[in-house]
Amino acid sequence: MDGWVEFALGRYNYWIVIVLMMTGLYIVFARGNLVKKVVGLNIFQTSVFIFYITIGKITGGTAPIYWKKDVYYGGDHGDGHGDGHSSEDAHDANATHEVADHGEASTSLHDKIDNDLATNDLKAALENVEADHANETTTLHEAPEGAEKIANDALAASGDKIESSFKVDKDALEAMKDTHAEAGADAAAHGAAYAESGLQYVYSNPLPHVLILTAIVVGVATTAVGLALAVRIREAYGTIEEDELVAMDNVAEFGGEAEAAAS
Amino acid sequence: MITPGNAIAFTIALPLVGCLIIWLLDKKPNLREAATLATGWLLLILSVIVFMAVGEGHRPGYQFFEVIDGLPLAFRAEPLGAMFGVIASGLWLVNSVYSIGYMRGGNEKHQTRFYMSFAVAISAAMGVAYSANLFTLFIFYEVLTLSTFPLVTHKGDANAARGGRVYLGVLMATSIGLLLPAIVWTYAITETTDFTVGGILAMHVDAAGPIVGVLLGLYAFGIGKAALMPMHPWLPNAMVAPTPVSAFLHAVAVVKAGVFSILKIVVYIFGIDLLKDTGASIPFMWIAAISILLASAIAMHKDNLKARLAYSTVSQLSYVTLGAMLATSMGVMGGATQIAAHALGKMTLFMCAGAIYVAHHKTLISEMRGLGRKMPWTFGAFFIGAMSIIGLPPLAGSWPKFFLMLGAADAGQLAIIIILMISSIMNVVYLLSIPVQAFYMNPAEEGEKAQGAGGKGIDWGNLSEAPILCLAPPLFTAAGAFVLFFLADDLHTYLLPLIGGG
Amino acid sequence: MNMIAQLPVLPVIVPLVLAPITLLLPKGRAPHLYATFVSWATFAACIFLLREVAEAGVLSYHLGDWAPPLGIEYRVDLANALVLVLVSGIAAVVFPFAYRSVQLEIDKHQSPFFYGALLICMTGLLGVTITGDAFNVFVFLEISSLSTYALIAMGARRDRRALTASFNYLVMGTIGATFFVIGIGLLYQATGTLNMADLHDRLAGQNSRVIDAGFAFILVGIGLKLAMFPMHLWLPNAYTYAPSAVSAFLAATATKVAVYVLIRFLFTVFGFDFAFLGAAFTWVLLPLGLAGMFVASLVAVFQEDVKRMLAYSSVGQIGYMLLGLSFATVEGVSASLVHVVNHALMKGALFMAVACVVLRAGSHSIHAFAGLSKRMPYTTWAFLISGLSLIGVPLTVGFVSKWYLLTAAFAAGHWYAGFLIVASSLIALLYIGRVAEVMLLREPATEGKYVIAKQDAPLSMLIPMWILVAANIYFGVNTDLTGDLARRAAEALMLTAGAG
Repeated sequence: MDGWVEFALGRYNYWIVIVLMMTGLYIVFARGNLVKKVVGLNIFQTSVFIFYITIGKITGGTAPIYWKKDVYYGGDHGDGHGDGHSSEDAHDANATHEVADHGEASTSLHDKIDNDLATNDLKAALENVEADHANETTTLHEAPEGAEKIANDALAASGDKIESSFKVDKDALEAMKDTHAEAGADAAAHGAAYAESGLQYVYSNPLPHVLILTAIVVGVATTAVGLALAVRIREAYGTIEEDELVAMDNVAEFGGEAEAAAS
Repeated sequence: MITPGNAIAFTIALPLVGCLIIWLLDKKPNLREAATLATGWLLLILSVIVFMAVGEGHRPGYQFFEVIDGLPLAFRAEPLGAMFGVIASGLWLVNSVYSIGYMRGGNEKHQTRFYMSFAVAISAAMGVAYSANLFTLFIFYEVLTLSTFPLVTHKGDANAARGGRVYLGVLMATSIGLLLPAIVWTYAITETTDFTVGGILAMHVDAAGPIVGVLLGLYAFGIGKAALMPMHPWLPNAMVAPTPVSAFLHAVAVVKAGVFSILKIVVYIFGIDLLKDTGASIPFMWIAAISILLASAIAMHKDNLKARLAYSTVSQLSYVTLGAMLATSMGVMGGATQIAAHALGKMTLFMCAGAIYVAHHKTLISEMRGLGRKMPWTFGAFFIGAMSIIGLPPLAGSWPKFFLMLGAADAGQLAIIIILMISSIMNVVYLLSIPVQAFYMNPAEEGEKAQGAGGKGIDWGNLSEAPILCLAPPLFTAAGAFVLFFLADDLHTYLLPLIGGG
Repeated sequence: MNMIAQLPVLPVIVPLVLAPITLLLPKGRAPHLYATFVSWATFAACIFLLREVAEAGVLSYHLGDWAPPLGIEYRVDLANALVLVLVSGIAAVVFPFAYRSVQLEIDKHQSPFFYGALLICMTGLLGVTITGDAFNVFVFLEISSLSTYALIAMGARRDRRALTASFNYLVMGTIGATFFVIGIGLLYQATGTLNMADLHDRLAGQNSRVIDAGFAFILVGIGLKLAMFPMHLWLPNAYTYAPSAVSAFLAATATKVAVYVLIRFLFTVFGFDFAFLGAAFTWVLLPLGLAGMFVASLVAVFQEDVKRMLAYSSVGQIGYMLLGLSFATVEGVSASLVHVVNHALMKGALFMAVACVVLRAGSHSIHAFAGLSKRMPYTTWAFLISGLSLIGVPLTVGFVSKWYLLTAAFAAGHWYAGFLIVASSLIALLYIGRVAEVMLLREPATEGKYVIAKQDAPLSMLIPMWILVAANIYFGVNTDLTGDLARRAAEALMLTAGAG
């Protein structure tokens, strides 16, 4: 029983989404008044906004932070974005996620700095990362084979600095070697801090918020158009009750000439 | 330089150019008709060039372009197609002469449209004749259907509309509904649609074996132009058209394109050996045999001359189908020669019917009693045509019957021989009775039904024949039927490659 | 920053930026000329794009120079380059065509809004097609839909039912779009990305209820937008009462783009790894495609209104496209793509012919078509040729479509579907034949409201219409462009989808 209650209450926001969604749809279909239909559509859309906001909240996630403009911008694929999107029911503890970059690009953010990178043994780090990946622990990224050597070189060169390498493609590797060298310190520290503190931070992923802002704009526009149409229908027919409209259209359809719209 | 290969391309293109010229000469009837005739002559010369080349053992071809990958719009002449090409183009020329007489005699409207449609139709018929693959054949088959629609509905009244609806409905429905899937299915199995000696399906027996019967059915009924019962209603309905249309298109080009396609498909797509081995064609042989008898029976009680001729055509077409479905070399030979012989014979009959209409506006057979004495030449030609259709020597129509009976004997189908004999007797009844009544019975007077033979002889000084342009063509084709009888051996030799001989 | 690098963004940016200027122009001829010019420029950009893609392969454009999968990517491959050219090409033909029709059907003071909205609608459709970002699809879908609602409602001057039609479309369209966005949300929840290619990579091997639900929402959402039977109820009225030029444009493009989106999601985003896909093909697309082919076509036969008849026919034709997809073979998908293009050509031409009739006869009832061959011969022939194309007569694009579909059906072993395809073509023969007979064989009305003068449509309408008719024949004879590109596009799609 407790499990069920927890299941239900723990997902209260989803219930809200579902109830709102059904309410909205019901209004759209059941109400004959066109304005009410538009309102129903609004409620329906609102449920989606809440849904998006819900999935934007990630327990234990961190913001993906990039330094070095060119590190991020320079690569075609070499982003290391760690914006989390684990959902509660899917992968709860997964604060960040691995970037599967077609096997050629790489990122080397990291968390287990002390253990892995400090040894200056990236190979070990990679194995660890892969193992973490499998365990769904809080790991960022993976470093594909090609990046290894460069990362090693870079690490050796910069001593105690923590570095990572971003590989775009094989040709670009050499050129990018230097610029990549400083990547990662701050974010790594953040990630490590979260991971070690054991606290469950609720992180708000900005992307769904942005998406939903867009959707709200679309929704407002739809409502505006819908209401404008209702106004025009009222002008043309003298009513905005659907069944009366249907009856009048039927007269027009089967009862001879359609009257010119009042315009 | 005109090579046989180019000639094929020109046979398709020339009538289309002619069509354009006819359109430009809309307001000048004499020049317009001259354009038609010139096109006709050139077309005949071109098709004879192709015919001769094929006779020498060449297989001239021409490829326009690939429409879809691996499916070119291509032509290749082989004996059957070359023969059909000559028949169609030759009779088109004869028919053009006749049309001019008929259309002017009847003061028909929209003559330009009429000649234009005719030109497109002959182009399509040539395309069917020389097609090198099923795909090309199908394209021109459809063009033929559509280009003849304005001809069928030429009169533009409610009757024409109904006839046109049935015409287009049946032909399009069968071709799109049955023929097209059959072609695609064949293509899916064999990955080609080229007509190949021996049959392409025969080369893929593993895949095709179980469905040979189904495919053959799709083809036999899908080619609605062959008017195999029950796909025949378009033919009698198309008789609302002016007579030259009936004569040429529904006795020669359209229906012949249908049975020609069936023969070609049986020979080059299935291969007669495949059909013989699987026995898949037996049911269709019986359907064709039933068609022959049923259509003859219907023809017997039609009083409208054109309707009677139409059902006679349905019956005669099934001879070709029957020959193909016998799946013996003699059967195929019978079918092939029937195309030529029936074209000449039926053309004669229809043109005579038209001449009678132009001269006396009579369409019912019962009204034609005694008319033979006023137009002896017309009914004389009719008599010869009818004899040829029945299969009496010394007229061309006798050979196909002979080959078909041989073929039936080869296939061990003795019942088919009996059916052929019954059919000939029925032909005698419903075809010969027409000229006999015309010559020997008195005209039915107003209010009373005159009976009995006798009466006056022919008053040669006071004939009322149709205009010469309407009269000469049927006489010419009647003579053709006579000549063809003596050329049967040449024709046989010419067509031998079709059945793997020669 | 050379132009080639910027090429992928031009089809969207050019009309989007230039459209609002329409409103500033003086009423009259100017907005029309301006909009026509913009549409031609867009068309040119799309043609260059297609050439680039055909030669150089997939183009990827990073909007704002933000790299994907974070940034929005415009990704042009053969499949969408083809649709881009189609949409902009139809627009390039419809804009010049529209002038006289709009003059008649829309208030003069509204005409700048009309052309502006039509440009925005085109922008939206092009954006949907070009973008490689799932959420971006939604945004552009709504951009085009919102302008479509406005455009349809402008038909109210002739018939007020345009308003209710538009409202119903708005309700259905919004529900569809919202379903779609829910689906996108679920996919984002499961993968954390919105980039289509990235989505594909991350969905690979995943199978959870979240993704299944997302798939279902997306399928229904797009289904509503593309009028998949039985979610087509908004379409007939919308097409019937919209201004004629709008009907021509929408019928040729809107549902086609929706079909493209469906293809994109099924094959590029989900792919065959996704266990649900096979079931969706077998149990959703195949039966609904077949049902649409028959039910909608049959309904079309009984329509007294030619525009509505064509609208129902469109629903039926969408069935063909779904059927082709449902075979899930290279042949099937290329047949669908070919039919997307071909159907746009024929329906565009048909609706244009109806627009010409409306211009002269003031009605799109079948009675207005009586004896039309004697009154407006060029319009009649345009209608006839494109009608034959719809039936699938050889030497027209319709035949090419049928051929591809049939070969796909037989090759996939669905021989019964092959027969159903031709059976449904015969229904098209019925409804086109019905109009053809009225046009050719009935005498023109001599009294009553359907009397029309013996005067064909103006050249400004005839020329664009005949360009489409000529395209119907040209692409029916030469399939190098449509057929080969569609096949290559389908092969690429199937490759990403992981067919094996």
